[in-house]
Amino acid sequence: MFARGLKRKCSEEEAPADPLQRQSLLDMSLVKLQLCHMLAEPNLCRSVLIANTVRQIQEEMTQDGSWCLPGPQTAGRLPRDRLVSTEILCRSARAGPPQAPDPADLASALQAVPAIQVPGAVPAGPWGRAGPGESRGGFPRSLDQVFETLESHSPGAVEELFSDVDGPYYDLDAVLTGMVGGAKSGPEGLETFASAAARPPGTGCKADLGELDHVVEILVET
Amino acid sequence: MIPGLGALTQDTLWCFSQLKGTVEIGATEADIISTVEFNHTGELLATGDKGGRVVIFQREQESKNQVHRRGEYNVYSTFQSHEPEFDYLKSLEIEEKINKIRWLPQQNAAYFLLSTNDKTVKLWKVSERDKRPEGYNLKDEEGRLRDPATITTLRVPVLRPMDLMVEATPRRVFANAHTYHINSISVNSDYETYMSADDLRINLWNFEITNQSFNIVDIKPANMEELTEVITAAEFHPHHCNTFVYSSSKGTIRLCDMRAPALCDRHTKFFEEPEDPSNRSFFSEIISSISDVKFSHSGRYIMTRDYLTVKVWDLNMENRPIETYQVHDYLRSKLCSLYENDCIFDKFECVWNGSDSVIMTGSYNNFFRMFDRNTKRDVTLEASRENSKPRAILKPRKVCVGGKRRKDEISVDSLDFSKKILHTAWHPSENIIAVAATNNLYIFQDKVN
Repeated sequence: MFARGLKRKCSEEEAPADPLQRQSLLDMSLVKLQLCHMLAEPNLCRSVLIANTVRQIQEEMTQDGSWCLPGPQTAGRLPRDRLVSTEILCRSARAGPPQAPDPADLASALQAVPAIQVPGAVPAGPWGRAGPGESRGGFPRSLDQVFETLESHSPGAVEELFSDVDGPYYDLDAVLTGMVGGAKSGPEGLETFASAAARPPGTGCKADLGELDHVVEILVET
Repeated sequence: MIPGLGALTQDTLWCFSQLKGTVEIGATEADIISTVEFNHTGELLATGDKGGRVVIFQREQESKNQVHRRGEYNVYSTFQSHEPEFDYLKSLEIEEKINKIRWLPQQNAAYFLLSTNDKTVKLWKVSERDKRPEGYNLKDEEGRLRDPATITTLRVPVLRPMDLMVEATPRRVFANAHTYHINSISVNSDYETYMSADDLRINLWNFEITNQSFNIVDIKPANMEELTEVITAAEFHPHHCNTFVYSSSKGTIRLCDMRAPALCDRHTKFFEEPEDPSNRSFFSEIISSISDVKFSHSGRYIMTRDYLTVKVWDLNMENRPIETYQVHDYLRSKLCSLYENDCIFDKFECVWNGSDSVIMTGSYNNFFRMFDRNTKRDVTLEASRENSKPRAILKPRKVCVGGKRRKDEISVDSLDFSKKILHTAWHPSENIIAVAATNNLYIFQDKVN
């Protein structure tokens, strides 16, 4: 679903131009970065290229002013969830077992732009990060995690994060990283990616939500 | 046109010659070919695969009886070069996949090659044995020790012919020098040293010394958070043993001179093409990342491959390439989808022909492309089982980009992105090419009239 939507939007263009496409690209990139952590051999070149793409989008969004979000009460559900998802993913990877995000933490996370403060509850995790006082911003921090992880891979935190995830999440993984080379009966085309990315029926997931929202739901509930 | 020099004029027709590899049903991921390389004479052709194996093919002597069939390549030696390892410190498995093979020039009866996986380079000696000694004094014919008391005479063992046996033995193992994944190895023209390059560092080795290497390039930032660029490929100049180049993920090439300060972080030359602002997108950097860099045989040019193009650079001109060839520009409007399915990160290689007049690189749908630098003609060919009849002439293929599709054309949306030609090789002096298509190796030759 996620894949199909993106394809429909940017099938004829070189790159997404409108903010929603840009946001989708950002989300996809962040998920790709997180998935890097799980692989046996994270590919540094790929991670660097994706991270640079994320920075580029982030810079443009900051220039546009679209990085600044209104207060949590008035924020639209869609953009807020996406921001939350990345913060949760990063924070959980840092701190170990995923914690249910404190609403106050979320509010502070959304308010402080671009220097998103690390919630005080988070201890210095396996990466040896300093406390909130040295935080330099949400997104740069998530990129920091990528490279820190690649340097000193600590499987415990990340594996714990994803250990209880059920089947559909691995479908997402397959969509984003393992599509090519999968056993398919006919020739692969760009068309087939969309259909393969669609959820198999009867998995019990909420078809209304986007892929990323579903991931957030899983993480928050475990 | 001088035969054998490989000019791609209208007269050059490519024919199927051989197909090596497992049949489709039994193929596993370990059989996927990850590197292909001819040796310096073209007599040997080596392939490495994901399972850590090296297979060497040898060209048979041409017979006068079959003039129309140039020497075929047959299996000469197969050996397990690398095994999977486990890095206990990082809890990570080290893949046994052979990233690169490079031959050393032949100096005696044996052949030597370097093979590398992500972490370890090995020097292999491949030699023939067609005689064995018989008539030992202390051992009997089965190798059992004889009772010294029964030995009453002495004899000199003699060498008797035996069936040809090809042995591969690891002569050197160059390990523990790379924190990151090795992407390139290159033998120096002095034949005494070679370099290995990973994402952030390049090391210089002496073939005789395995417990030390000299770090000549280090682009690792003090703070890994500041990392924005990695090394993607590196190669020594074919004649000047002090010169090498390395390419980056930002589409730049640096030429370094080892006679300058020991750590070649400061380059002698810096090759970069200014960005075209009209083509700028979020994917611009990714598609500019160079996946392969190769010196021409003459040493005057370098060729680079990025996602959509092949570029030829003159060593004397740093500000832009002298030639740019579009490999599959029809993918430019599909970059978003290709980013999504990770195809945009595929690393295609590129090769020169023996006379540096034609360059070749791979694409998707098992297509590969050749560009004649003199005539500016190009051709798209396909490595497929359907075209695999002996001496069958390959028909040029064409991708239809829009509008009406002609009968023999294939539309962009019908391309199979799981069939990618990443690795190809060109015989050093003849029009013989080896094309790796997943787990199969195709050998094509030009039509001999």
